[in-house]
Amino acid sequence: MGDPVNPDLSAVQKSATADKPASPTATPGPDRADLTPENINDAVIRLAGNSQDGIQTAGAFLARLAGRSDHDVMTYMTIPATISGGPSIFQVRMGTGEVLSAGDEADFLVAFYQHSYQDHIDFLKEGGVLLYDSDNVEPNLDDKRFMYVGVPITGLTVEALGGTAKDKGKNIFILGLIAKIFSLDVEKLTTLIKEKFGGKDESIVNTAIMAFTAGYAYPVGNVLKKHYQFEHVPKPGGRAQVTMDGNQAIAYGLIAGGVRYGAGYPITPWSSIMEMLRSELPKYGGMFVQAEDELGAVSLSLGFSYSGYLAVTGSAGPGISLKSEAIGWASMAEMPLIICNIQRGGPSTGLPTNVEQSDLHQAIFGSHGDSPRVVLAASTVEDCFYIAIEAARIARKYSTPVFILSDTSLATRIEAFDEPDLSKLMVDPKPDLTPREGGFKPYDLEKVTQHVPPGTRMLDGKYPLVTGLEHDEHGHPTGSPKLHMAMTAKRRNKLRKLAEEIPVPEVYGDEKGDTLLVGWGSTYGPIHDAVKMGREHGEKMGALHLRHLHPLPNGLEKIFKNFKRIVTVEMNDQGVYGFGQLATILRARYCEPKIESVTKTDGLTYRVKEILQGVFPGKFVSARGYSPNRPIAGNGEQDVEIARHESITQGVG
Amino acid sequence: MSEATTTTPTAQPEREKLSKKAITADHPTWCPGCGDFAVLASFYKVLEKRNLDHEKIVTLAGIGCSSRFPYFVNGHGAHFIHGRAVPLASGISLARPDLNVFLFGGDGDGFSIGGNHLNHGARKNVNLVYFIMDNFVYGLTKKQTSPTSPIGFKSKTDPTGAIDMPVNPMKQLISAGATFIARTHATQVKHMMEMIERAMDHPGFSAIECLSECVEFYPDVFDPADPRKGGSFELIQEKKWDNTPEDELRHDVTDELAAYKLAQLPFPGVFGVFYQSDRPTKNALEKKWIESSREKTGNASDLQLLQKTFDRMK
Repeated sequence: MGDPVNPDLSAVQKSATADKPASPTATPGPDRADLTPENINDAVIRLAGNSQDGIQTAGAFLARLAGRSDHDVMTYMTIPATISGGPSIFQVRMGTGEVLSAGDEADFLVAFYQHSYQDHIDFLKEGGVLLYDSDNVEPNLDDKRFMYVGVPITGLTVEALGGTAKDKGKNIFILGLIAKIFSLDVEKLTTLIKEKFGGKDESIVNTAIMAFTAGYAYPVGNVLKKHYQFEHVPKPGGRAQVTMDGNQAIAYGLIAGGVRYGAGYPITPWSSIMEMLRSELPKYGGMFVQAEDELGAVSLSLGFSYSGYLAVTGSAGPGISLKSEAIGWASMAEMPLIICNIQRGGPSTGLPTNVEQSDLHQAIFGSHGDSPRVVLAASTVEDCFYIAIEAARIARKYSTPVFILSDTSLATRIEAFDEPDLSKLMVDPKPDLTPREGGFKPYDLEKVTQHVPPGTRMLDGKYPLVTGLEHDEHGHPTGSPKLHMAMTAKRRNKLRKLAEEIPVPEVYGDEKGDTLLVGWGSTYGPIHDAVKMGREHGEKMGALHLRHLHPLPNGLEKIFKNFKRIVTVEMNDQGVYGFGQLATILRARYCEPKIESVTKTDGLTYRVKEILQGVFPGKFVSARGYSPNRPIAGNGEQDVEIARHESITQGVG
Repeated sequence: MSEATTTTPTAQPEREKLSKKAITADHPTWCPGCGDFAVLASFYKVLEKRNLDHEKIVTLAGIGCSSRFPYFVNGHGAHFIHGRAVPLASGISLARPDLNVFLFGGDGDGFSIGGNHLNHGARKNVNLVYFIMDNFVYGLTKKQTSPTSPIGFKSKTDPTGAIDMPVNPMKQLISAGATFIARTHATQVKHMMEMIERAMDHPGFSAIECLSECVEFYPDVFDPADPRKGGSFELIQEKKWDNTPEDELRHDVTDELAAYKLAQLPFPGVFGVFYQSDRPTKNALEKKWIESSREKTGNASDLQLLQKTFDRMK
């Protein structure tokens, strides 16, 4: 490492465009108090290190602090697939306005290692700040696009903690530094640190506070030309913000929705839901069972549901494949069940820790035979909470399996949202065991099936049977062609009935225009940001985001009529016929040749620029100060393939 | 929900004694002469004798000839998919301790496609009765080799005779950790009833293997165990703990190794209870955890609990 002349101050360089070029061996600048504070309303901070450095912990502190300070917050995290170690990032975007996406470029990059610097420097925007561990990183100071702040993080952390902790605690040291630079609320942060490490050995809390204090006390003001302050804009409405990740939101949404039983098998990125439910449900008098395998998990859950308690199971793609036969039974037997699929890259073991939306068709069609089921997709962390309640409601009302589709990006990112009014949302899970009068038919062709749980007396002495064989109205097996047709229609028609009650989503942006972007799932933020940016550049465009994917709400065709182009934006492959999975469904549903799609399969979340480039090829190449020759992927890869598919001309009408 | 996992008792109208007529449903679709008829008859008799609350009888099954069982019992029931009936039944047993959970199946369902679930249901010691009608052959699909077919058995999938070592059901159940393991024979109604009753009285995973002849695809295979056909139906002599010299020779059902030795005996082997232990059930252990978790919350309401969690995330 080329130690700077003054190790305490490290190297500082300002962009060549700055008024006064600073020297790498900067003399101490003015005191921090003399600096002009710059009010900002949006900052993207990327922490890049290795997974064992605890950067997730530091990032989560920032996110939770933002949540507590009425800021909107959105995070983005990648975890390496390796068991321990490997490069990892955590990105926090804090804003006083509405924060929809994690940010296309960083204002502030914290690099723990040389590889962190090399892989992520191109993600830093021009004029952005590189804060690096000068004990480990040697940046190219000749690149005048950025400001360089070197701090011997490792050395100072070891010094502050007395050496026994080695360099553990770097994350908290960095947190102190960031708190200083962004004038964050130290009191709230220390409270958060105490909450996080409280309950453990007291020395751990003390060590963390020591690391934080050391970082906060570091004279970073000597080397930064300005410091930042978030504008304080109190949120309208007055509800406090809660901060959590998407998997937490699903777990708590299920509890609010009255789900007290479930079973699962560990798989990334679903596991944290089952871990939470395993600990939480007993407090509510319920139970979550770790099953021997995915087939056992779905079967246990169906046992819970049959017994009268709507249950949940979940997995990622590989596990859902294993559950498919039993989910078909749930369709046939008309048994309510919630199935979470926290999607990752597929097929097979695929990309276990990356994001993809390639399980939509599996969710809708993934069992043998005609096996109708409901498919919902959460768009944000907040939506993960509400969609779980919605899934429980639908599963009960229509006695049907319901999928909740989420993905790696929603599962791991932390967002702040208005605290839900639980008093209005909590659902009582108790089964109805009151004795039933005569004439009950579990599969009444005139009604939507509502099973009678075991333990319920049937006063006419006739007890119902639920079955995966085709059956008559009483649940007895039948091979009658007429009955198979009637029962197949019964199972399908209840989904049509459901479609009637699904609200048509509102169009964001222009309600009429040239281009309508249609999305589903975690792409909500970048798609909406893309519409915002596109409209700023004069495009007449809007966005429609679908939460109900099967059945689709009625009336979408009226929205489609108002646009010249309908472009789905999806994180999956264009397939043999050139359309993403949602586009394929929409084209089949509406016979609308103007539906096309933009898809990608790089395992990373969409960036706003990528969407605009895909939808409007040739335009938006330098959106938000991007130079066209800069790579897109933050890890230094070359441009990923952005597939834009021309609509296939075909006869209509 | 918070008050208890079980359901609140509702006022029940007067009830008559449970009769065979009340619990009989569709006429069985089994082939004439099938051993499973006798199992069904024994089950009816036990239900009548025990006079269980009709609505608390739950019969469940996977796929196979014997798995048609729930259709022939008028009671709450479910016919599930192949091999997965053990976890289905486990879910019902764990959520609803007020129910009597009876699970029926065959050798293919239990030892082949559902082998993993059998092992783990037994290991977890979920409270249920699992009655396995073992006929050494796949009957529903018309004579393929089953996991219990003996070496040399000629089937459509082993035209020159089976070559794979068969599963020994008793050994498998012992090593998997089932806490009540018995063996019986479909021609011995009294013995079947006794085994079913003892299985019902045992808290935990109670498995009964019943030799039940498939007259269509593997006839006469169990004759060596059928006294009416000149075979021997040798019963296990259980210890009486009476300090007599004879008792030394009798079988200690809590002795896993002794049970394993009995399971080694050549066909037709012995019948009765091989093994029984009072290891705590998953039902009891989960209940204990629920109770201590509830206590820690101060028996808060669901709303209070979730609100408290959200308060921590502010």
